[in-house]
Amino acid sequence: MKIGIPRGFLYFKYKYFWETFLKELDCEIVLSPMTNKAILKEGIDNSIDESCLSAKVYMGHVKWLVGKCDYILMPRIDSFGKCDKVCTKFNAMYDIVRNTYEGVELLDYNIDCVKGCTEFKAFMRMGKLLKKSKMQTYRAYKRAKEVNKEKKTKIAEEQEKLVQESDSLKILIVAHPYNIYDKLIGEPIVKYVEKLDVLPIYADVTSTKKTRIKYKELSSSLYWTYNKELIGAIEHYKNKVDGIMFVTAFPCGPDSMVNEICLRRIKNIPMINIVLDELQGEAGLHTRIESFIDIIREKKKVVKK
Amino acid sequence: MEQSERIASFPHMGNYHVVVKALIKRILNMKVMTPPPITKRTIELGAKHSPEAVCVPFKYNLGNYIESLEKGADILFQAGGGCRFGYYGEVQEQILRDLGYEFEFLSFDASAGSSIIQIYKAFKNLNPEITISKFMQSFLLTMKMLKCMDEVEEYIRKNIGFEAQKGSFEKMQKSFLNELEKVKSLREIKEIHRKYKEKFEKIEIVKPDKPIRVGIVGELYVLMEPFSNYFIEKELAAYGMEVHRFITASHLLTKRKKHNERLAKEASKYIKYHIGADGTETVEKSKMLAEEKFDGLIHVKPFGCMPEVNAMPMLQRISSDYKIPVLYFSFDSQTSETGIKTRLEAFHDMLTMKRGEKK
Repeated sequence: MKIGIPRGFLYFKYKYFWETFLKELDCEIVLSPMTNKAILKEGIDNSIDESCLSAKVYMGHVKWLVGKCDYILMPRIDSFGKCDKVCTKFNAMYDIVRNTYEGVELLDYNIDCVKGCTEFKAFMRMGKLLKKSKMQTYRAYKRAKEVNKEKKTKIAEEQEKLVQESDSLKILIVAHPYNIYDKLIGEPIVKYVEKLDVLPIYADVTSTKKTRIKYKELSSSLYWTYNKELIGAIEHYKNKVDGIMFVTAFPCGPDSMVNEICLRRIKNIPMINIVLDELQGEAGLHTRIESFIDIIREKKKVVKK
Repeated sequence: MEQSERIASFPHMGNYHVVVKALIKRILNMKVMTPPPITKRTIELGAKHSPEAVCVPFKYNLGNYIESLEKGADILFQAGGGCRFGYYGEVQEQILRDLGYEFEFLSFDASAGSSIIQIYKAFKNLNPEITISKFMQSFLLTMKMLKCMDEVEEYIRKNIGFEAQKGSFEKMQKSFLNELEKVKSLREIKEIHRKYKEKFEKIEIVKPDKPIRVGIVGELYVLMEPFSNYFIEKELAAYGMEVHRFITASHLLTKRKKHNERLAKEASKYIKYHIGADGTETVEKSKMLAEEKFDGLIHVKPFGCMPEVNAMPMLQRISSDYKIPVLYFSFDSQTSETGIKTRLEAFHDMLTMKRGEKK
């Protein structure tokens, strides 16, 4: 059986998890390619104008997969707990895809912990849909969890080590993984930052155990889980980095307010808020990043003197 | 500060200030200030100090707060729940503090678990004299007031376009709200309701046999705050159309007993899951209106509203499945009024022509 995975949205968060799970169930995985202009265009053509850039990219990836696999994996997430919600885009993506591309075959799973639909139940149900035995599904789930944890911990530790050892200028990048790791949206920014001899530190790879408690120091009533993780990382890293860069896609709902709170509450550290849209001109972006880095460097020189 | 010297205030939404004011006054035993009516200045102030990409109700609320604070209010109320709305309180409080105002801010977010008991506790802090029975009584009274108001306004919505003498409905509505503001008991509400129902029904209307009926669906704030939707309902009525809308405060608080999952089931052809905040109900109601053979639908939302943008692909499908025209509006702080009028006029002309074709 061929299962398609769109390279967008939650793929960047759950890739090890999904890939292991599906491989353990003997499914063949078809991954859509890195985002390119054609995929973005397809996505824009098939989205409501006011959807966020990330959603448009995702729609493009789904379109690419149509006809190339038996099912397309489509998670639907509502809540991980009472005050742990996600953006409503993740509530609705399944239905949006279904209404946009008629007749598309989707393999969906639903996580809504408030209503008792846990991740475990969701994956067991998925195994059943794929006509696998309960035992095999259970094993695959366990294995996927293990691999995911292993990989995530390893990446987090590597970054932690890098932060301690490196002497170059460090910028904390606060952005959803689906934006910053995307070939077309976020990668050019990271590449440019690296070209300026700056070490990018990713907020999302910080261990979630640490970040999930620390977010409270910045915002008490926040209820978006993914944003909690990101701003928890700010608290974790703020004394170890030279600046913070917020990267968000237009018009991201949660980011529009959470970043505002951060910009207003965090003091004594340089910050820049970059909002990306589908018309992004490179030159303007480069100038902004360059001057941001220049300011930090000059400031450091003055402090040293 | 003495309790009686403090002044409480809250953001506007339609005519609901009448009810909210009565509730706070009754429970807190302090002065309550209805914010100055929304004007261009309100939204300009709000937009100036808000994050750029936030949805427009946030900007209106913030404008209301600033104008209330300027006039001396020092306790502000906010509700919350659903999508971005749940996070309004914290961000708005921060912005107002950064502007240098001094005040107390009370925010009740349903999705963060603000139950009626918690609301009671918060109020008890402000007014130790309140008892739970008085609190519940006031709450009940408020709900009845809302219901009465929503029912009367629904009648107005459906008929104001056909009044024989221009302005008679609005005049009556004003005196109705004035009287409603002063009620003290359930019996009085009942009486006023009965009295005004009769009065409104006596207003002469000239209604064609089968008037053009449009349903208006979408996000709750821009549906209920006429300033934010450029008085779209008034505009529709001026073309002699009968306007139907389901989302009212009392509907949201009481009648929506059906959970979103059940709403989704009713529209299962289009949605399997709850798609966030009011999005699910938008789809379900649109399908219902299409099945009832309405002439057209109008979908309104603030620019970038996540749940309503989610609902749009389904509305497009409903539109083509049931052959029902849908007009989409996105409101922001800088929407041009002329543009809206032109589009409404064209929509009206199209619906009229479509009727003609059928005959």
